[in-house]
Amino acid sequence: MGTSLAFHIVFAALGVGLPLLVVLAEGTWLRTGDRAYHDLARTWAKGMAILFAVGAVSGTILSFELGLLWPGFMRYAGPLIGLPFSLEGFAFFVEAIFIGLYLYGWERLTPRAHWLAGIPIVISGPVSSAFVTLVNAWMQMPTGFRIVDGRIADVQPLVAMFAQPWLVEVVHGTLGAYVFTGFTAAGVCAFALLRGDRRPQVAAGLRIGIAVAAVAIPLQIVMGDVIARFDSEHEPVKFAAAEVVRHTVRGAPLTIGGIPTAGGGDVRDAIEIPRLLSLLVAFDPNAEVRGFEGITPVDRPPVALTHLSFDAMVGSGFTLLFIALGWGVTVARRRSPGRALLIATACAAPLATVALEAGWFVTEFGRQPWIAVGLQRTTDAVTPAPNLMLAFASFSGIYVILAAMCGWLLRRIGGTT
Amino acid sequence: MIAAAAVIILVALVLYAVFGGADFGGGVWDLLATGPRRAAQRDLVSAAIGPVWEANHVWLIFAIVAMFTCFPLAFADIGVGLYAPLTLALIGIVLRGAAFAFSHSPGGGWTAGAWTIVFRIASLLTPFFFGDAVGALAGGRYAWTSPFALAVGAFAVAVTAQIAAVFLLLETNDSALLADFRRRAVRTTVVVWFLGLVPAAVAAARALPLFTALLHPAALAAIALALTAGVVTIAAVWRGADRTARVAVALEATAILAGWFGAQAPDLVPGRLSLIAAAAPAATLSAFLIATVIGAAIVGPSLALLFRVFKSSPRKAA
Repeated sequence: MGTSLAFHIVFAALGVGLPLLVVLAEGTWLRTGDRAYHDLARTWAKGMAILFAVGAVSGTILSFELGLLWPGFMRYAGPLIGLPFSLEGFAFFVEAIFIGLYLYGWERLTPRAHWLAGIPIVISGPVSSAFVTLVNAWMQMPTGFRIVDGRIADVQPLVAMFAQPWLVEVVHGTLGAYVFTGFTAAGVCAFALLRGDRRPQVAAGLRIGIAVAAVAIPLQIVMGDVIARFDSEHEPVKFAAAEVVRHTVRGAPLTIGGIPTAGGGDVRDAIEIPRLLSLLVAFDPNAEVRGFEGITPVDRPPVALTHLSFDAMVGSGFTLLFIALGWGVTVARRRSPGRALLIATACAAPLATVALEAGWFVTEFGRQPWIAVGLQRTTDAVTPAPNLMLAFASFSGIYVILAAMCGWLLRRIGGTT
Repeated sequence: MIAAAAVIILVALVLYAVFGGADFGGGVWDLLATGPRRAAQRDLVSAAIGPVWEANHVWLIFAIVAMFTCFPLAFADIGVGLYAPLTLALIGIVLRGAAFAFSHSPGGGWTAGAWTIVFRIASLLTPFFFGDAVGALAGGRYAWTSPFALAVGAFAVAVTAQIAAVFLLLETNDSALLADFRRRAVRTTVVVWFLGLVPAAVAAARALPLFTALLHPAALAAIALALTAGVVTIAAVWRGADRTARVAVALEATAILAGWFGAQAPDLVPGRLSLIAAAAPAATLSAFLIATVIGAAIVGPSLALLFRVFKSSPRKAA
């Protein structure tokens, strides 16, 4: 399931972000008549066709896996989290319908109607990912029920749908999708420019990608700060793991990097900046930060993994911010981008992938050993069916093939049209 | 409310069986394309599936989601019991969808041929394993390798091929192609009748409790309706009343699925879970029903638009 999600999240994020880029490109063409943007929209739309198909089928895998892999979880969580999933189903429906109209409708619809057909995709993509994020928010802080005699009672689906972290998670996740898509698109175009591709649509793609990414990344950094403070208050165990705070202390240092120690409960050789963590959390260098020491070891998340994922996310996020700043300065001075900036932008594509996946790892590792915090352990939720490893291996194999094929096709689409 | 939720799931399954079935059946015809018009037959299938398969596929996702929202206990039980056939069907779904997109991508080059083969085989295997899973569920004890379940799987493939042949009649103006698929529509209807007898015969021979259920008046009525719809399909196809044929074949699929539901009601998983025992709390059911009404109000018109843009023009132009 973890593999499926790590795979699906890339396509989900592109499904949120790419329609926006395509519609922006087509809209620019309609407004200015610049053919480069038309060609760009056509090229990106061909990529979208593949990515959406793979995103749709990998999403299907997920909906099945809920029952195939986590029957113990769904048995009682289904009534609680079914509502956002049902709504997600409808949002996905709208997405699938209009993607059919958009991809196959270039000749059947007028240019304006075709562009309008893209709008529902731009909206339903983030909406459907938001509904799924609501489920994740519930898993972090389950709510909307009471436990009577060890059984779930008084189910309130609407309360469960808006578990406490819902808003921060949805905003963070949606911005993350735009950051990822914007930088990936810009990075691919920058790479093509560096290799001497002088087609006008490449430059156009770079402009649109950077424009989206440069708006999204500063917002995302601010959001990251908000979410970290939210976690320190409401999900202290996860926060303590992400920041490797073992003992509850006043004036906690900020720990960056480090090597996991044996047992995985700590890291060593890390850079420590005194008091900075307390300052960040509470704007007070002597504020108290809760550690994970009080939690029995079986109830702790894997500290090293959570911490390193967290640092990878934050580190790549800030690097992306600096790249966006570089573009801001270049554009403000009305210069054309230099070679160094293009190289940095090309590197932004893998960095954005790291940020996306690492961010996902933080929230999932940070939640372990629970599948729904305080309610059920992941090991109690998993299926008793045999041959689990065989299924895992075959799905992983399929994912590798699909990912390789997507990469290869996208390269060829980018190169030939 | 439990009944309403069950009916919604049944409706989603019927729509998936009809529209998704037509797409899978299209893949089967892609596999079985023969004769001088082989390439044209395959182009017809691709053009018909292309814009709509993703939307049609959502019916399945919706049915799954509705299942775990409204009947979580049954969902968990089926997930464990039918782990193997459902995983195989799932692999089929993934490969079918991805292979279709890959083989039609302009960047495909030499790999397109290989993906086309994957697409055809996956189009065959997915309905087979879904049918098998249904058979294993209905036959009891989740015996997915039992002759009964395997026979239902083969029957499911035949039904998708039949639906696709009938549906493709409205997708082209080429008279030679039309004749090809008219012949196929009639032949597969007959095949469906014979393959429908096999699971019934197996059930009778092995004295499965299911056979008694098949003699239940509701089940008998459904079987009679399905057979009548089949006869109407053949008649309509011969007379060129292709729209009537579409309705008839969709009615046949509806009767089959409703008959299955009806025959095992009030059990959802025969012998293990009744609808009531498996149902979610009332608050969840009512929230789900409200969400469905809102969702349907948005999706319905969108879907109508999609089908109007892509599914009405070939004949109008004629």
